[in-house]
Amino acid sequence: MKISEVPQDDIKTMQGEKKAVYAVDDQGRYAKITTKGWEPEEIVLNQVIGEFEEKARGAASRVRNNQTSPIEYFMYKNWMDPLTLAQAMGLYRWQVKRHLKPGVFKKLDDTTLAEYARLFRVSVDALKNFPGED
Amino acid sequence: MAELKPLEHRQYAHCESGVVSALLRCHGLDLSEPMVFGITGGLTFAFIPFIKITNMPLISYRMIPGAIIKGAVKNLDVKFNTRRYGEKEKALAELTNLVDRGEMVGLQTSVYWLPYFPPEMRFQFNAHNLIVYGREGKEFLVSDPVFEHPVRIKAEDLQNARFARGTFAPKGFMYYPARVNPSIDLNEAIRKAIKRTVHMMLYAPVPFIGVKGIHYLGRRIERLNTREDLKYVRLFLGHIVRMQEEIGTGGGGFRFMYAAFLQEAGHLIGSTRLEEASRMMTEAGDMWRQFALACARACKSKTADFDVREIAQLVQKCATQEKLVFSLLKSMKL
Repeated sequence: MKISEVPQDDIKTMQGEKKAVYAVDDQGRYAKITTKGWEPEEIVLNQVIGEFEEKARGAASRVRNNQTSPIEYFMYKNWMDPLTLAQAMGLYRWQVKRHLKPGVFKKLDDTTLAEYARLFRVSVDALKNFPGED
Repeated sequence: MAELKPLEHRQYAHCESGVVSALLRCHGLDLSEPMVFGITGGLTFAFIPFIKITNMPLISYRMIPGAIIKGAVKNLDVKFNTRRYGEKEKALAELTNLVDRGEMVGLQTSVYWLPYFPPEMRFQFNAHNLIVYGREGKEFLVSDPVFEHPVRIKAEDLQNARFARGTFAPKGFMYYPARVNPSIDLNEAIRKAIKRTVHMMLYAPVPFIGVKGIHYLGRRIERLNTREDLKYVRLFLGHIVRMQEEIGTGGGGFRFMYAAFLQEAGHLIGSTRLEEASRMMTEAGDMWRQFALACARACKSKTADFDVREIAQLVQKCATQEKLVFSLLKSMKL
């Protein structure tokens, strides 16, 4: 990649930050150059985020219908799947899946709830009293 | 450690090679990031379908986290003081002590917990490296190698980032050089490192590592069925590119960094053939960029108007080119 070819697409996902990449000048010598991002990079990042957001919306409506617990909503909202969430919580996947059941969720002890809330960066209150909107 | 040079923040392409390069410079061994990346054997390719990350197969364009630190120990005669912790409070107390006495400390962290990252990038990725070089009250001064400017972080956030759980859980991992040999024989280190990377890229005993791994990925892409599960195909292609980009290296980023290493090594050793290998590696990087572009287009297209066989061919081209590069390096009998 030549320095003149280093993408400067000013992608939104980088929020104005720049990254360093290595590219060659006209004489073929390598130099470190900053880039404002590349559009394909933004496309694939938005793709996976969009996928999580869609799942979060689905979870939100199921929380409203008492078919799942708010944990599922916050899990997707923070771009995790059940396995990633289980690992981040130090639990087994089956435990997390159990906690997605509204009945089980209501009986969860305060320590576990506080740990979920910490991971989701919300208050225990916000976790327990899911407002039911996106 | 009296003669520590003050840390001068620089931006790097990759976190681990950046941190190691910066720490070594403070300790009197001034090596560019590509040199550190190459000499520590940072380059690889791996496509491991049976290890999943959020339901997608593991694809890596570089060695596993920690490999560059280990490579510096092995090939650059550096000794690190390293610690992992069971107790969070102890980790914080020891870090505070060290930075207060002027040490620059490398830490393994989770980007999920680093507030200065753009929100879109805060995934559960637990192997991000950064340097803590000072403290003001309850805030630590951070030189994050992939950022343009130094940043600050609250002790509480840093604690969360150091003790995130999951794959590559840092467990408070902390490292700083205990002994650096500023007069290391670089020529010898370069030879050894290139040999190892050549061996891994050409002769890995398993089909999912090195050039064979790239071909394997190509065959996997070729077999994707767009009629059956278009959504999965798109997510899979997006995942491949994200793994190229996630840590912020841009398209064939690690390939370009390795090409920069080969060029610098060529100058140092006085080998025009190494410089030739560098040019070929640059071409490989450009091929990875074309491949990424094709994948991104497929992700974006509303219909299935793309041909997975064409995309597969692009990645096969990368494999063929990398085979040429490493065969040339092999023939040099370094």
